[in-house]
Amino acid sequence: MIQLENLNKIFGKGEQQVVALNHVNLNIEAGQIFGVIGASGAGKSTLIRCVNLLERPDSGKVILDGTELTALNKQELGQARRKIGMIFQHFNLLSSRTVAENIALPLEFERYDGAAIKQRVAELLTLVGLDDKANVYPAQLSGGQKQRVAIARALATSPKVLLCDEATSALDPETTKSILNLLKDINHKLQITILMITHEMEVIKSICDQVAIIDRGELIEKNSVADFFSHPKTELAKRFIAATIHIEIPHEYQMRLSSEPKPSTFPLVRLGFSGASVDAPLISELSRKYHVDVSILSANMDYAGGVKFGYMLAELFGESEQTDLAIQFLIEHHLSVEVLGYV
Amino acid sequence: MSEAMISLLTQAFGETLMMVGLSGLISCLFGIPLGVLLHNTKAGELWANPTLNHILGISVNIGRSVPFIILLVAIIPLTRIIVGSSIGTLAATVPLTIAAIPFVARLIEGALMEVPSGLVEAANAMGATPLQIICKVCLPEALPGIINSITITLVTLVNYSAMAGAVGGGGLGDVGIRYGFHRFEPQILIITVIVLIALVQVIQMLGDYLVNKVDHR
Repeated sequence: MIQLENLNKIFGKGEQQVVALNHVNLNIEAGQIFGVIGASGAGKSTLIRCVNLLERPDSGKVILDGTELTALNKQELGQARRKIGMIFQHFNLLSSRTVAENIALPLEFERYDGAAIKQRVAELLTLVGLDDKANVYPAQLSGGQKQRVAIARALATSPKVLLCDEATSALDPETTKSILNLLKDINHKLQITILMITHEMEVIKSICDQVAIIDRGELIEKNSVADFFSHPKTELAKRFIAATIHIEIPHEYQMRLSSEPKPSTFPLVRLGFSGASVDAPLISELSRKYHVDVSILSANMDYAGGVKFGYMLAELFGESEQTDLAIQFLIEHHLSVEVLGYV
Repeated sequence: MSEAMISLLTQAFGETLMMVGLSGLISCLFGIPLGVLLHNTKAGELWANPTLNHILGISVNIGRSVPFIILLVAIIPLTRIIVGSSIGTLAATVPLTIAAIPFVARLIEGALMEVPSGLVEAANAMGATPLQIICKVCLPEALPGIINSITITLVTLVNYSAMAGAVGGGGLGDVGIRYGFHRFEPQILIITVIVLIALVQVIQMLGDYLVNKVDHR
């Protein structure tokens, strides 16, 4: 549905030059929710703004539903944009228009007649659950309600693609959840393709099917959300994931931790669970087979993209040959095992 | 105060209203589109055209820098062409209008700059044409600022209209100068000033009321 081919974009000149996009290639299939995550300044805003050409790339192609947007003239682009909805971090609602009038705006641009606008707006208000707010001005709404209005407005012309530019970044966690649920719902009901950029792993985890990481204008990792969380390839991906599932070595252990085994010390390991390994009762098997006792310091299991994944911090008590065998056993069963040291 | 005086003041009040009203109306008719152009031809705006923007900017600055009393007499030939006479109330509205157009344009430009750029961007993303964006997004969103600009313009025109006496334009200012100052009738001077103060108050209150009414921010 959305194809980006070799997009490049540089801002500024000379020494102040900033590479916002560097040979970006991306292919998003119809009906997917695709998330792009990156730190601020990584180029994610530029990326999403290039999809509907609010920002023109210096080179490269943007192909949307078979149409090459980068080859269109102004008028044709205007037409094409009507099939792309967009929502923003700061909602961008017109303060001079009521909720219903805001939703009607894109329909007015398309010169729908009054009756058709009225009917469509009523449908959309129901879709986003704001039937009772039709004649209220945006200033009287909460952030979440404003974003709902923005979503309704973006969907007014029945677009095939919805772009979400940090759509939940200005919202509190509870509201973020409800907006994400709404987006997921819309994705199911309308079969609309959603591209969202965010700096919040939470967003990726809760609704995306596919994810890409952007860093200094480059897409450094692309994967299904399930594989991304279970087998992160890049250092940055690991950092992002670590930030969402908080698992750290407790301070006292950190103090006692030594990198080499000593007499009467035991390995402290970080076990990474993913996919199938989460369901298997491996820990109890470990005790039975190798007579290794497992003391769990902390553990955090999560669910994203249809798979469970998580980390566990544990101390393995046992003879050193036995603990080595136990680690081998875990690796054979698709756990990632990292010996952090000995305590 | 004699009846003659009262009728003189009434007539002068009518002349002031007419000068201010007519020149206010016409200057908005020209000044608002000019302000829209002035804003939207800037680099990065909807009709980005730096050359045109430069030319418009300079013209507006020239218009605003000529002292009104000089403009009043300098454009007498033009006034004669437009209204057929260079003296009288109608004649005075020509320089008033010409002085007010660039004034309005700059104020409108300022009001448009207050519209958050995100709104223009959102409309762009919806595939709106520049004209649609201006008519359906920018102008309605800037309406409180636009009404405020018009209020300021009308008050300034009340002020300027007092000088219209120089070309026989009449009005309260003219009466104040001729009867109150030149003929040493301080009572007349005070009355005209009080009426002018009241007029300005009413304009400002009306403007504030309307701004409040349309402002939903």
